[in-house]
Amino acid sequence: MTVQATVEKVPKLKMVRIYIMGREYLVPEGLTILKAMEYAGYRMIRGVGCRAGFCGACSTVYRLKDDYRLYTALACQTTVQDGMYLVQLPFVPAKKPRYDIEKLKPDFSTILMHFPEVTRCVQCNTCTKVCPQEVEVMDAIQAILRGDIETAAHLTFDCIACGICSMRCPAEIVHYHVFQMVRRLYGKYIAKKSKHLEERIKEIEEGKFREEMDRLVRAGPEEWKKLYAQREIEPD
Amino acid sequence: MSEYPGYPEEFWESIEKVEATRERRLKEVFKRITPEEKEELLRKWHPDYRPEGKRPLRIGPNKGDSVPNEVADLLESHALIDPKEIDLSDIDYDVDVLIIGGGGAAASAALWAHYSGVKAENILMTTKLRLGDANTKMAQGGIQAADRPEDSPIIHFIDVIGGGHYANKPELVRILVEEAPLIIKWHEELGLMYDKDAEGNFIEIHGGGTSKKRMHAAKDYTGLEIMRVLMDEILNKEIPVLEFTPAVELLMDDRGQVAGAILYNLETKQYYVVRAKATVLATGGFGRLHIQGFPTTNHYGATMDGVVMAYRVGAHLRDMDATQYHPTGAAYPEQIVGQLVTEKVRGLGAQLVNVDGDQFIYPLEPRDVVSSAIIRECYGRNKGIITPTGMRGVWLDSPMIEIIHGEGTIKRYLAAMYRQFKRFNIDITKEPILVFPTLHYMNGGVEINTHAQALNAKGEPIPGLFACGEVTGGVHGKNRLMGNSLLDINVFGRRAGIYAAEHVKHASVGKLTLKHIIKWEELLKKEGIVTDRRAPMILPDYRGERVLSRAIEIRF
Repeated sequence: MTVQATVEKVPKLKMVRIYIMGREYLVPEGLTILKAMEYAGYRMIRGVGCRAGFCGACSTVYRLKDDYRLYTALACQTTVQDGMYLVQLPFVPAKKPRYDIEKLKPDFSTILMHFPEVTRCVQCNTCTKVCPQEVEVMDAIQAILRGDIETAAHLTFDCIACGICSMRCPAEIVHYHVFQMVRRLYGKYIAKKSKHLEERIKEIEEGKFREEMDRLVRAGPEEWKKLYAQREIEPD
Repeated sequence: MSEYPGYPEEFWESIEKVEATRERRLKEVFKRITPEEKEELLRKWHPDYRPEGKRPLRIGPNKGDSVPNEVADLLESHALIDPKEIDLSDIDYDVDVLIIGGGGAAASAALWAHYSGVKAENILMTTKLRLGDANTKMAQGGIQAADRPEDSPIIHFIDVIGGGHYANKPELVRILVEEAPLIIKWHEELGLMYDKDAEGNFIEIHGGGTSKKRMHAAKDYTGLEIMRVLMDEILNKEIPVLEFTPAVELLMDDRGQVAGAILYNLETKQYYVVRAKATVLATGGFGRLHIQGFPTTNHYGATMDGVVMAYRVGAHLRDMDATQYHPTGAAYPEQIVGQLVTEKVRGLGAQLVNVDGDQFIYPLEPRDVVSSAIIRECYGRNKGIITPTGMRGVWLDSPMIEIIHGEGTIKRYLAAMYRQFKRFNIDITKEPILVFPTLHYMNGGVEINTHAQALNAKGEPIPGLFACGEVTGGVHGKNRLMGNSLLDINVFGRRAGIYAAEHVKHASVGKLTLKHIIKWEELLKKEGIVTDRRAPMILPDYRGERVLSRAIEIRF
């Protein structure tokens, strides 16, 4: 009997034909684009990161057989299809303005000063259509143009900065840097501060827990075991 | 029969049973495990207790200690570089603080070194992929801090040390819990968007092994939110970062201090010499070693490089025998097997149930306990679900969350999870998730003191070497609790930055040397270790077998 996550029966591999930067490879169906490229022999350095859809490193552009459209995807989250014709974006060149968050005002003028190109948005909605995270990218830019930082911050929360929108934007906006600033402005200046946190920090600084903590650190495993067993669990 | 198009037909009957028992289970609280039951469960079913998975180290400061075979393989390896080929007189970067790593611990260390007076141009961060490519970004569930009036650092301490099987270094736990609120405050000031109610109170829930609700979250993108804000600050402060440039060996000087590192440009294949007064290791853990063949939740770069390099300059390791398997890795679909299904799903009320729709463990026991219970259910009691590729798993009944907290809760607070499964035609608001434990975290690592200094086998600081985050051991004992690693990287990253900045005020570096590597090679020979393995690993190799069998190196 085995208790590890090994494969107990190996299914027969059905193969599909893909084209990596124009070269044809046969790869097992059901693989992600990333794993298919590795199967084909690529040892990935660019175009790979967390392998789980959180880091935005594996932006991929592809076309399908008999289809004029240009599709975009995260290579680690998308299954290969027969006839896929693909290339990865190794890097997205982008200007990132430097700023001191302490000195900013949470309003449209701040965004305009750092990212004047947002006003060039022509509402083509290409950004939204290509987003692998299904972020309402254009709506967020429009919210910013209305001065609605809060809405823009929430709309863009799931952005993983893959940069695909910015590579396709006719107005040449670098959305993910704009959105990063917007979210920080919201988090710092618009969202209310926690009162409990301030109180707790004051208590710690005043030494409220010091003596008990001194004792606890020295108490040793037997005492800790007792205390652990006596814990009162807060109900859900 | 109902249809579940995202799942193969052979799962459908079992899913119906999960649905049929749901109403009953909503009122059912599974009994918590007793200390005696816990011990037996772990001994019988936790992968750490399989003797064939480990062996004693034959070399170095931890000689004789039992560690996973995959760890021993790397620690008993040759160096990647040949000291004869390196010109140490030609220095490429001469800095005060070198930070090795690109994740949350590295970023915190860089920022706090800078806040503590080290000029940006005297800091150098170096990382094997991009800045921010690390496990931090993938952490979903949250970060612990005892900031509610009904909670306290004392209670947090007891939770941590109990979860760690009383093997933690208590003075490090104390720092972790006492400085947690400060970290959340720092994040608030940076503009991080934590989940809050209308009054500004954090929305806090339970995690596995917590006795009070203290999990702060930013939806289920908590690590991403922390990482991207810290990255933004690194860029704003213009702290230099070298990307695609892993460290391959630490440098020492003729006075026995750690004094920088040899870096390697993955694209041009050239090396760089960095001289530094303080070197901070923030290289993360070992998920990509696939201990005992497990899939992993970890980042592509999680190959334990820092432990390998530190070991060769005499760093002492601890708790390397304890590996964390996250209870709920995806077991289906195949494309995402092993990827994380955040503990927050259980924090919000989802139960774990077997093929018949019955519970078998209280869902918020510490991770090692829940993982062991799932393995027992699948392999000991044969109550798991078998997938088309032969994996086994149990159900994580996510639709309960919508019943308990109202419709829309999953999309709002578990957006990443919802999206992850929807991509494969599974709607987790209506259908349960198939899960099995997955390799998640390196509980042990390089031993440090409260100043984040790396220690040798005698417990003395190794001059010039600091370490923080997953590369270290001691904070979490034998088992880390959810929400304490995002905390760890910030608390000890901050400390590493502050104390490195303090160190460089008085430090000077002597003549650079790689003698420790020559000695290491001699030691390998002396201990009779015959191997062609080289380390650090830098990146795993997932190329297809056919390709590997025909791969040759041609110089042209």
